[in-house]
Amino acid sequence: MQPKRITTKERLQLRRQAMPEQDAGRRRVNFEEVNLGLPEKFALIEADRCLQCKDPRCMNGCPVGVNIPRFLELLAQGNLPEAARSLLGDNALPAITGRVCPQETQCECVCVRACKGEPVAVGHLERFVADWARQHPEAVPLHAVPPTGRRVAIVGSGPAGLTAAGELVRRGHDVTVYEALHRPGGVLVYGIPEFRLPKKIVDEEVERLCRSGVKIECNVVIGRTYTVPELQARFDGVFIANGAGLPMFMNIPGENLQGVYTANEYLTRVNLMAAFTAEADTPVLRPRRVAVVGGGNVAMDSARTARRMGAERAFIVYRRTKAEMPARVEELHHAEQEGIEFELLAAPLEILGTDRRWVSGLRCERMQLGEPDASGRRRPVPIPGSEFVIECDMVISALGTRANPLLTATCPDLKLDARGNIQVDEQGMTSVPGVFAGGDIVRGAATVILAMGDGKRAAQAIDRYFQARTEVVPATAAGQA
Amino acid sequence: MHAIIAKTQLSPNVTRLDVCAPRIAEIRQAGQFVIVRRGEGAERIPLTIADSDPVAGTIALVIQAVGKSTRELVALEPGQAIQDIAGPLGHPTEVIRQGHALCIGGGVGTAVAHPIAQALSRGGVQVTSIIGGRSKEWVIFETELRQLGAVVVCTDDGSYGRKGFVTQAAAELLAAGGIGIVYAVGPVPMMRAVAALTRPAGVRTIVSLNPLMVDGTGMCGGCRVNVGGKVFFACVDGPEFDGHAVDFDLLADRQTTYREFEQTANSCGADGCRVGLNHR
Ligand SMILES: Cc1cc2nc3c(=O)[nH]c(=O)nc-3n(C[C@H](O)[C@H](O)[C@H](O)COP(=O)(O)OP(=O)(O)OC[C@H]3O[C@@H](n4cnc5c(N)ncnc54)[C@H](O)[C@@H]3O)c2cc1C
Ligand SMILES: Cc1cc2nc3c(=O)[nH]c(=O)nc-3n(C[C@H](O)[C@H](O)[C@H](O)COP(=O)(O)OP(=O)(O)OC[C@H]3O[C@@H](n4cnc5c(N)ncnc54)[C@H](O)[C@@H]3O)c2cc1C
Ligand code: SF4
Ligand code: SF4
Ligand code: FES
Repeated sequence: MQPKRITTKERLQLRRQAMPEQDAGRRRVNFEEVNLGLPEKFALIEADRCLQCKDPRCMNGCPVGVNIPRFLELLAQGNLPEAARSLLGDNALPAITGRVCPQETQCECVCVRACKGEPVAVGHLERFVADWARQHPEAVPLHAVPPTGRRVAIVGSGPAGLTAAGELVRRGHDVTVYEALHRPGGVLVYGIPEFRLPKKIVDEEVERLCRSGVKIECNVVIGRTYTVPELQARFDGVFIANGAGLPMFMNIPGENLQGVYTANEYLTRVNLMAAFTAEADTPVLRPRRVAVVGGGNVAMDSARTARRMGAERAFIVYRRTKAEMPARVEELHHAEQEGIEFELLAAPLEILGTDRRWVSGLRCERMQLGEPDASGRRRPVPIPGSEFVIECDMVISALGTRANPLLTATCPDLKLDARGNIQVDEQGMTSVPGVFAGGDIVRGAATVILAMGDGKRAAQAIDRYFQARTEVVPATAAGQA
Repeated sequence: MHAIIAKTQLSPNVTRLDVCAPRIAEIRQAGQFVIVRRGEGAERIPLTIADSDPVAGTIALVIQAVGKSTRELVALEPGQAIQDIAGPLGHPTEVIRQGHALCIGGGVGTAVAHPIAQALSRGGVQVTSIIGGRSKEWVIFETELRQLGAVVVCTDDGSYGRKGFVTQAAAELLAAGGIGIVYAVGPVPMMRAVAALTRPAGVRTIVSLNPLMVDGTGMCGGCRVNVGGKVFFACVDGPEFDGHAVDFDLLADRQTTYREFEQTANSCGADGCRVGLNHR
């Protein structure tokens, strides 16, 4: 490959390449992916925008430390096989993170090019290289490793569990993943909709893991089918990554009316149970007008899904303003394009119902931003006498999720924090030796890449834990003799 | 994949399937259920574990064919298999030692009452069962329950046992005294009626609730029920609750959320079309 002849000045003049999108009017009624992916020509140009910083700040923004300048340099040279090997060496699920990472608050916001204009489109390029690798599996072969004889059980097949599984088999350990649902992937398959993350991509990642030796057993609910102590007895190490799947409610009157869903239920019915296809048996209500309460990705996904399922109008009801919304910027933008309406600075007071107890509206009050609270965000305070009603026939509560106590209740030795999340040390080890935890069950609802980072770190820690035990055990035995 | 080992027709629309599920057979307790998904595209539905044989590694599912998913399950034959079975889910029945126990089963609820009666009897509690059906051929689990204690059979048309509803027989037994605890499983109106009967008498009453469920692990909140003014998830907090505190109106409401869809699925039959899903 010839080194490229491009001057820094030319580099600086390159504009950020736009991601081609499915037309908003058309995609509003289908579940196909919104972002179409950069064509190769533009991906190479975009990769050329990277200044190859000596001290690449972008990497500090990435929770798994992807060597961004390296894969971008290889990409700019057109060396896709090496770019793919480099990327996949750092990040086990780049086709997923390239699509769903909140890049604007992670790698891209600290890119030096962000100060004077637009950052390098790290996420879009990550997706490009990952998609190339998916189409060229021979470029990233799996290597057989000698088995160590150590057995690890992983609870949950979300991004944390899958990443840990991949890291552990790569080190020769025998890994079994237990998943409560009938299909692996966690939030990636039951929560995040098809139009943002095609399920095929998750399935391919899971298949690749299985080919590398990971065993996945679905329909096993830890805490019911087996308990954590039972896993400890059968395995040398345990990694708990069961997510934070307990839905929160608004605690307002009317929440039990017909037509009130939690985002988890609504999205599970549509995604995991495929209610958006004609073949699936699982029913889902089809609203005319829907009000979604919340301002994160979950709220955007719910509203955009409802539009695709035929809702004429979909409202996002959020207590603060767009600037405070935790959703990815791209999702907010796409939601706006798709005609989602925003009721900002509004808080729900009551869900109204018909005399047959079906939802007929959402009574709200207006808020204004007051003094900053502990989190530094300005606290919304109600404006007296500002009540109004959003007419709707469905309400989705997308307020977020907490730790599900099903598993922890059956393992009382696990130390929890006040919110019910599992406490871990810097290694990711819980209060029970040999039992590690990571992802949303430790952090509370967070992000895919943070969960993956935890999975990776825990796998390394488990590996070290095994090594320490082989080295230490004979030594003490010798000492006692 | 869970092979079907045996199939028995218990009544005109209730079928028993003995299904291979060794781990569940080994550890399941009375009152627990499984989430079953027949195959690709099928719904996840909850079914009580009516019995189990830990040696053979099988569990018994007793299924009333009421809609598409249940009809497709009972159409399976020995040698065929169910793709997904997750469990055992829910809290085991609490064996309450409080005098003589009365177990009331209405319709397919009798199959759910059976493991409860079994657990009570094994726990040393004296059990009387009242079971009901439309007519003689609809009465199920009579033989099994007779092994555990006295059984009163009621049929709507009087073709077998007493004529009338299970609640009438229950009222008489309660009036006779000695009953310290009641377990009632069946359709909402029946459980509501039993609770209404025992409330003034102050006899503690446990009911097994059957709201619609999706995951069965406490993730979706779809199975929420209101008990004593508080919201519980039937799949993880139940399915058995204090019948005197249950909001039965809400339960009845929530069971009918998809009635329109179900009726369409029923009328479309085997091709699986679901009108309302493709057009608006
Ligand atoms: C609708 C939605 C949209 C989101 N969008 C984004 C986004 O765009 N970008 C982003 O970075 N993050 C997003 N997130 C957050 C992100 O998905 C999560 O932070 C991430 O999935 C957490 O990963 P995890 O592996 O810890 O858990 P999960 O993905 O929750 O996986 C946990 C798995 O464990 C299983 N499980 C639970 N209990 C048990 C048990 N007892 N036994 C066996 N298995 C069990 C669950 O079924 C599940 O499969 C979104 C979340 C939601 C809900
Ligand atoms: C914990 C639990 C244990 C259960 N155990 C058993 C069991 O052992 N045997 C058995 O036959 N059934 C049992 N059920 C009920 C069973 O899950 C439903 O009958 C089934 O989901 C119906 O699916 P379907 O597609 O065949 O019918 P659908 O087409 O979904 O429904 C057909 C009709 O049945 C009604 N219906 C649907 N679901 C329920 C429900 N959960 N409760 C009451 N009515 C409902 C609908 O309103 C509709 O009128 C149990 C339910 C729960 C929650
Ligand atoms: S994994 Fe996420 S944060 Fe890291 S480089 Fe890729 S897109 Fe950026
Ligand atoms: S900070 Fe930006 S320009 Fe610098 S190496 Fe990272 S991506 Fe390239
Ligand atoms: S079935 Fe989803 S929470 Fe109970």
